[in-house]
Amino acid sequence: MESCNCIEPQWPPDDLLMKYQYISDFFIALAYFSIPLELIYFVKKSAVFPYRWVLVQFGAFIVLCGATHLINLWTFTVHSRTVASVMTTAKVLTAAVSCITALMLVHIIPDLLSVKTRELFLKNKAAELDREMGLIRTQEETGRHVRMLTHEIRSTLDRHTILKTTLVELGRTLALEECALWMPTRTGLELQLSYTLRQQNPVGYTVPIHHPVINQVFSSNRAVKISPNCPVARLRPAGKYMPGEVVAVRVPLLHLSNFHINDWPELSTKRYALMVLMLPSDSARQWHVHELELVEVVADQVAVALSHAAILEESMRARDLLMEQNVALDLARREAETAIRARNDFLAVMNHEMRTPMHAIIALSSLLQETELTPEQRLMVETILKSSNLLATLINDVLDLSRLEDGSLQLDLGTFNLYAVFREVLNLIKPIASVKKLHVSLNLAPDLPEYAIGDEKRLMQTILNIVGNAVKFSKEGSISITAFVAKLDTLRDSKAPEFLPVLSDNHFYLRVQVKDSGSGINPLDIPKLFTKFAQNQSTGTRNSGGSGLGLAICKRFVNLMEGHIWIESEGLGKGCTAILIVKLGMAERVNESKLPYMPKMPTNHGQTAFPGLKVLVMDENGVSRMVTKGLLLHLGCDVTMVGSSDECLRLVSHEHKVVFMDICVPGIDSYGITIRIHEKFTKRHERPLLVALTGNTDKVKKENCMRAGMDGLILKPVSLDKMRSVLTDLLEHRVFFEAI
Amino acid sequence: MDLVQLQRQFVDYRTSLYHEGFLDEQFTQLQELQDENNPDFVVEVVSLFFEDSERLLNELARALEQQSIDYKRIDAHVHQLKGSSSSIGAQRVQKVCIAFRNYCEEQNVEGCLKCLQQVRHEYSLVKTKLESLFQLEQQILTAGGSIPM
Repeated sequence: MESCNCIEPQWPPDDLLMKYQYISDFFIALAYFSIPLELIYFVKKSAVFPYRWVLVQFGAFIVLCGATHLINLWTFTVHSRTVASVMTTAKVLTAAVSCITALMLVHIIPDLLSVKTRELFLKNKAAELDREMGLIRTQEETGRHVRMLTHEIRSTLDRHTILKTTLVELGRTLALEECALWMPTRTGLELQLSYTLRQQNPVGYTVPIHHPVINQVFSSNRAVKISPNCPVARLRPAGKYMPGEVVAVRVPLLHLSNFHINDWPELSTKRYALMVLMLPSDSARQWHVHELELVEVVADQVAVALSHAAILEESMRARDLLMEQNVALDLARREAETAIRARNDFLAVMNHEMRTPMHAIIALSSLLQETELTPEQRLMVETILKSSNLLATLINDVLDLSRLEDGSLQLDLGTFNLYAVFREVLNLIKPIASVKKLHVSLNLAPDLPEYAIGDEKRLMQTILNIVGNAVKFSKEGSISITAFVAKLDTLRDSKAPEFLPVLSDNHFYLRVQVKDSGSGINPLDIPKLFTKFAQNQSTGTRNSGGSGLGLAICKRFVNLMEGHIWIESEGLGKGCTAILIVKLGMAERVNESKLPYMPKMPTNHGQTAFPGLKVLVMDENGVSRMVTKGLLLHLGCDVTMVGSSDECLRLVSHEHKVVFMDICVPGIDSYGITIRIHEKFTKRHERPLLVALTGNTDKVKKENCMRAGMDGLILKPVSLDKMRSVLTDLLEHRVFFEAI
Repeated sequence: MDLVQLQRQFVDYRTSLYHEGFLDEQFTQLQELQDENNPDFVVEVVSLFFEDSERLLNELARALEQQSIDYKRIDAHVHQLKGSSSSIGAQRVQKVCIAFRNYCEEQNVEGCLKCLQQVRHEYSLVKTKLESLFQLEQQILTAGGSIPM
């Protein structure tokens, strides 16, 4: 036998099994070769594949496996040793690679698995986010709806429009079948159907408010699902269909009184309206959360809008009311003004009518005084004059009373002799008192100052009035007048609680008490005494005369003098005491011979020989002009200075009594001026006296002056005494020529 | 120095002014015109006099420097000065003015110039004197005293 290197297979080649093995191997090899190709192809196609080298390994493994199987094909028949060795190599390689691959896979497979789990996780997350997105979108939608609704609601201030719009918009947004609003009735015990969406005219259907469902809705500010069988929800006629879900929400109703400035309204008012919303029946729709939220928000907005509308209505009503009141007030004011004007006209006319006869009386009495009279007659005439003066003052005051009430009357302050005032009053009242056989006594305190500053006339009038009243209302007995300086304790009298005197250095309070033993006054009538025109009728059986103004005017004068006046009486028949306190200024020690205190006029130490005499001085020389002016001012004259003849001619008038001209200035034609002045004033008594001032002693000049028409000539320098005597002479004799 | 001494000094000074002929009776008259309505009468008049005189003296100087002298104008100025000085009682100034006027009438230019100088001199003298007098017065017043008559 030949020894061949061939290897014989174990099985005989013609066996069927062999055939099948052969085919399978072939296919395996095919598959094994194609798999890596596919892998390579697809990996190349894909962008991401992190495990390329694994792929290579795997590819190698598969290729080798395929090779093995392929080579196996040759081993079914007798094959040479080379084939066998190739087969063996292939197998060995395959074994190696597959072992390496197996080892590698231990690392790789967990990685691959985790990729898978991550992928799953991400998918879940994505699903979640999707869900959330969906939610947000729905919320946004809701928000948009709310804004739109709010806009619609707030775009009007009319209550009905607000409510109607709410229902319409809600109905549209939520696709509701029915939407209704129940308002509480005036009594607050029932809810009345006020507005609905579909039915145009609500029937006026009411439901009692204390239903458990309603209470439940009112007690929370959320939208609450209620049963369709609830009375408020039974809006549609019951049909065969399934009613949709119903939701109700409360709408707070706010009133103007809920709004305090610092204090926003709490919902403690418990006045709510009810809004009922029904989903379409026969639909499977459910109320979603976002829809409920929308409903709640809308309810709030409606509340706000309604309250705005309410406020607006309120303010408009208030405005209309104010306008009416304004008109009424205006009318009243105009009527009052007309009345005042009528009264003033009346007073003015009456005043005039009263004054004219008064004038006559006063004038004629003064004239009478100038004539020859016996002492008694003189006394009588003086009394008449004084009384008529007082009456004239009273007439003034009738007109003044209106001014007094306005507060526009002012006191004429001046220094006067206080004692003299009381003496006058006494003198005036004595005749009448003696006729009535009343005894009048005057008691002046020793510390009462002799002089005081105040309104003499009015003070006398007041005191006279009171004393006069005392005399008037006393049939018999005596009247005592006391006057003293009020000290602090006497000032704070309990009878005059509102009188708060203030003591100061320059003032003192004069207190005058007039006590009479007459008919007295009922204490209840005392307050009425000082009201004008009110006279006590019970005692008015005797002729009291008078206008009833007396005490009223007195009170006002006393008030102006910052004082107080009141009357005390024990009762009818027990006499009464009138007490008056006024504030007077203290006067300094006043010289009797001095003129009355006039603070504005300059005191001239008794040399006011020519007070207010109007004089014109013409002198070109400033210094001597000033000296002459000083001289004349010192004598009390009213001096006008001029520096030229033109000015002199311009300013000279009939008011000037004397014109002093300096004639010794060369260049001034004094004679010319004299002539011109003569021409200007034709009437002698109008023309001022013309006096020449000269420093020259010149007979010729003197004659020239006389001829020119001058009334006088004086030589400079002029002393004070000289000027005084010159003026005196001049004014008396109307001419003065100094001896030269 | 104390008040009494001041007052005595004042009186002596014033008397001296009278004696030396700087002031005459007219000044006394002026003082009589001063009262509480016109408390600074004398000072005012004298100040006005000073102003006026200075003006007049300047005018006179200028007028006498001219080529052709206008005597009428000079006479007018001197007359003014005479009037002012006699109004306040500046006796010596007044006397010089009278002389000045005479020279003017004669149209004697040298005489005029001489008089002008004299007037200037007298004026400055009387001005100084019056100013010291017023100063003394002020001192007395600030010391709280009164001006003796």
